[in-house]
Amino acid sequence: MEAVIEGRVYKFGDNINSDIIIPGRYLIYIDREKLAEHAFEMLGQGVAAKLRSFDILVAGRNFGGGSAREQAATAIQGLGIKAVVACSFARTFYRNAINDGLPIVECPAIYDTVQEGDQIRIDLGSGIIRHNGAEYPFPKMPDSVRQILELGGLANYLKAQLTP
Amino acid sequence: MTIAEKILAAKSGRSSVFPGEIVDACPDLVMSHTATWRSVSVMQRIGATKLYDPERLAIVLDHISPAKTEKYAADQQTSRNFARQYGIRKFYDVDAGIAHLVLMEAGHVAPGDLIVGTDSHCTIYGSLGALGTGIGYTEVTSVWITGKLWMKVPESIRITLQGGFDHGVYSKDLMLYLIGKLGADGCTYSSVEFYGTVADLSISERMTMANLAMEMGVKCVFIPPDEKTADYLKGRLAEGRTFQPVLADADASYAKHLDVDLADLVPMVACPHDVENTKPIGDVEGTPINQAFLGSCANAKYEDLVVAARILKGRRVDPSVRLIVTPGSKQIMLEAMNSGVLQTLLESGGMVTNPGCGACAGDGGMLADGEVCLSTANRNFLGRMGSNKSQIYLSSPATLAASAIRGVITDPREFLGN
Ligand code: SF4
Repeated sequence: MEAVIEGRVYKFGDNINSDIIIPGRYLIYIDREKLAEHAFEMLGQGVAAKLRSFDILVAGRNFGGGSAREQAATAIQGLGIKAVVACSFARTFYRNAINDGLPIVECPAIYDTVQEGDQIRIDLGSGIIRHNGAEYPFPKMPDSVRQILELGGLANYLKAQLTP
Repeated sequence: MTIAEKILAAKSGRSSVFPGEIVDACPDLVMSHTATWRSVSVMQRIGATKLYDPERLAIVLDHISPAKTEKYAADQQTSRNFARQYGIRKFYDVDAGIAHLVLMEAGHVAPGDLIVGTDSHCTIYGSLGALGTGIGYTEVTSVWITGKLWMKVPESIRITLQGGFDHGVYSKDLMLYLIGKLGADGCTYSSVEFYGTVADLSISERMTMANLAMEMGVKCVFIPPDEKTADYLKGRLAEGRTFQPVLADADASYAKHLDVDLADLVPMVACPHDVENTKPIGDVEGTPINQAFLGSCANAKYEDLVVAARILKGRRVDPSVRLIVTPGSKQIMLEAMNSGVLQTLLESGGMVTNPGCGACAGDGGMLADGEVCLSTANRNFLGRMGSNKSQIYLSSPATLAASAIRGVITDPREFLGN
């Protein structure tokens, strides 16, 4: 994981739940690529393909609500998305994203100002998003959590602990 | 301290904790359902071979069971083999039912327990005074191996109930009301404690409450254990375990207080495609339905089937409606069989499937373009039961039964007399 993430924004509204991110029928997969093929399918064919040309998702409140399925975070990564910024996250999605190595940032202040296609820059180290010359601070993650993200997720973190 | 604070302090070896603090907690039980094979695959990928404590694992194969494709069969085989290899005694195969209900029936959940698992509705364990919360499959693997996980101590919200339900109104209606009022993220990261006349509600009604609380974003929820909880657990708890309620201190501090008078409530329905999109029954009466699903960990307990059967007895399901009944567990199905409830449901025109998640997890009962399903489950998300052009409404078992008879969403009170 990079400490600074920069890229083009795709914008979602409120309550993008984990059934929308990846429908239950595809939970037979755990592989990123496979999941990405079906990500956001409920919103229409072609949404996944479109998302591949964006780098960062910005969403309203309660992103990732509902099911605790970890594949919601995996599918988003499979699309090449590097970070998700939202007004609020469901706690299960929040944990899963960290455990999957997907950086997430809670920053309601930026939501209204950012538009689809805008360029933003997220600095995880200093806890600031930059957009159109303005700065939007967000609460930094605890060190222990950042460590998991930096290693690319919980599986790598565990592996590192198991190997002497 | 609040109940959540007390349990997290105890499980992390601390004398006290405060909201916002991050602790390393050791769960008493780690549940995994159909997702078990995924956790097994993570274990293999990272080269781990030892479990922290096999007695803390519980595995129930509930979603999509029995297997409907070769892939599901292979995944279930992986889970089964893992359970055998590691001597997991709390293993329940595809015949048992929905994990949450099976684990509570079997006495694996007690007040004060910390339980994590691969399912968001682990909050249901709060109906017995345990802290239950959902995590992903990789994190389950981590707990299997290390025996612990980091947890943030949540703020607590206190909801006090007054009065009692009118006839035709149930705890499902209370929760739909609360979810609509507070929003799908109204209690995110928080622990909710219920007080007041919740004491009058049955364990089954409490289970529905703790289950649905997930839909307002809670981390965990508690109905303080009392005599009724003790009665339910009598004869169920494993030997060596006793009923020891963990209750909040008189000076515990809460981020928010809320009062609800149960007598003010009417039957409620959640409309497509979010659970927070709730309306009083009067606003949606007359909406035609194609399918009625009486199932899920929210409302397919014995009491729920009885409520529906009472309304359906001697009546017929409208020919335009498919009534699918999926008992929550084998125990529930047996009870419903012995008491004649299943017979009533079948004779009224319903069909009964094997216990488990069934249509709630997309296993049978899929919806075609334009179809409408009324369901007693806990989620009505876009496309959850099939086509993204179908619609799901959520209600209590009573509203479901009344609506199945009429073929349109119907207020159950007209079938219940006074
Ligand atoms: S019944 Fe539905 S909500 Fe409950 S565990 Fe199964 S799929 Fe999840």
